[in-house]
Amino acid sequence: MSSWLPLADIAAKVQAGELRAVDLVEQSLKSINDQKDYDAIIALTAERARARAKDVDARVAKGEKIGRLAGVPFIAKDNFLVFGADTTAASNILKGFEAPYQATAIAKLEAEGAICVAKANLDAFAHGASTENSDFFTTKNAHDKTRVPGGSSGGSATAVALDMAAFALGTDTGGSIRQPASFSGVVGYKPTYGLVSRSGVVAMASSTDVIGPLTRGVADAALVIDVMAGRDDLDGTTIDRQKDYTDLADSLKGKKVGVIKEYMSEGLSAGVKQNIETAIEKLRKAGAEITEVSLPSIGMALAVYYIICPAEVSSNLGRYDGQRYGYSDPDAKDLEASYKQSRGKGFGKEAKRRIMIGTYVLSSGYYDAYYKQAQTVRTKLINEFAAAFKKVDFLVGPVAPTTAFKIGANTADPLQMYLCDIMTAAVNIVGNPSISLPAGTSEGLPVGLQLMAPSKADHQLLSLAKQAEELLV
Amino acid sequence: MAELTQEDVLKLAQLARLELTDSEVDEFRAELSEILQYVEHLSSVDVSGLEPTHQLTGLTNVTREDEVRDYGYAVADLLKNVPDVKDNQIKAKRMLG
Repeated sequence: MSSWLPLADIAAKVQAGELRAVDLVEQSLKSINDQKDYDAIIALTAERARARAKDVDARVAKGEKIGRLAGVPFIAKDNFLVFGADTTAASNILKGFEAPYQATAIAKLEAEGAICVAKANLDAFAHGASTENSDFFTTKNAHDKTRVPGGSSGGSATAVALDMAAFALGTDTGGSIRQPASFSGVVGYKPTYGLVSRSGVVAMASSTDVIGPLTRGVADAALVIDVMAGRDDLDGTTIDRQKDYTDLADSLKGKKVGVIKEYMSEGLSAGVKQNIETAIEKLRKAGAEITEVSLPSIGMALAVYYIICPAEVSSNLGRYDGQRYGYSDPDAKDLEASYKQSRGKGFGKEAKRRIMIGTYVLSSGYYDAYYKQAQTVRTKLINEFAAAFKKVDFLVGPVAPTTAFKIGANTADPLQMYLCDIMTAAVNIVGNPSISLPAGTSEGLPVGLQLMAPSKADHQLLSLAKQAEELLV
Repeated sequence: MAELTQEDVLKLAQLARLELTDSEVDEFRAELSEILQYVEHLSSVDVSGLEPTHQLTGLTNVTREDEVRDYGYAVADLLKNVPDVKDNQIKAKRMLG
């Protein structure tokens, strides 16, 4: 049993004076401290959290209404700008960076009474699928310390799986919320592209980056999305929200769910396949109409992703120039040397690798063959998803081809690490919402079921996921 | 098939303003070649009649009034992460050595 109630229940009890925010924050800080050996956390925001908790309790005592997340302690991935600790994105180049303002998502959560207690580890700049690309340390899997938690939001996943806080925030550019959620046995939600403001979040690949929650249950994820969703003047890519994401009453009866044929065939481990087939059978028994759907170009999604993503990374990481913020090499003799030396010494291997690939695919003479071709195949994928969603309401498949792998298993071969995103990157490229739900274990390790919906159908997806969750536990 | 030379890697590093060690140049030559060979599968996809997609929201010209807004940030806070500041301005290294 989790030591945390559903988020809405925590908030109701804090508002009623039955639970104190100061005790919840101490419970969270103690849990983090007791489980330090998992290396999930980069920094605590303890002082600020304690002050905010005191304030919440004082306002409750005065009879004030706090909000829908009153006193709820959470952990933010360390690529969110948050007051109270440095924001490093797990990179050496941003070591010591103090947020001058907070991310819109954090500000919205705080406005409802939530309290950030810590910053979670990630692959530096969110480049990776295991946290092994963190410039600081590797987070351990909550179910087996010799294995990775998944990535890049691996610290957030381990933190939620081990009850270090009531929920955590992550970012998902090619699978970075769903894959660690799958490896760690928690819920991970990737909203429709543009639904949640990214202002104040360290940019990775701007045309696919989204932020979302890692939680213990679907209702918690829906509540966090409901608080964060909607247009923001500080992020010109935000879209209009649906009315309410928290009313999840629905039925599976008659829902058309398409199994992605290409994801169930080659490369899928036998254990994962069995769990996914069992989960789909449960959906069928509960009244869902299950059919098989083919997305013929989906096998190309990863190649599209590993052109578009590094191209955008190389552009977004251009700002780390040693002049404005971040590491600056004191020995550089002029501006050009300062750029090169600050970046050369400040960036880790994977950031450099992606900057180099991105520079290559965007450079004159190669742009058409790589970048333009990738953006055009992207159109083809968008069309194939749209055609599929004319036949079915939702798509289903695994999150990843395997369960959590051993620490070190993929570090020698960067391409092998990239292949971890093979079943998650497609929805990032097309922008649709997607969720990873715990679907049992295989040899003691969690397996995640992935559900996808049409663009902007987040409420429908969360409602379906809520029904599915009850069958899968 | 992309098979990068040492010279290609150095040229990319110069374009990206990255100082690489000799061993990084060797490593990246092999790794980037392998990654580029993987993504080259895309050239076999028939995209005739399709236009590239550059963004997903369909939003166009998101504008606002061109007016000063007070977000409550202090200048000192906004400059606290800058490596070198003089008279409230960012001081860059000199351009010519």
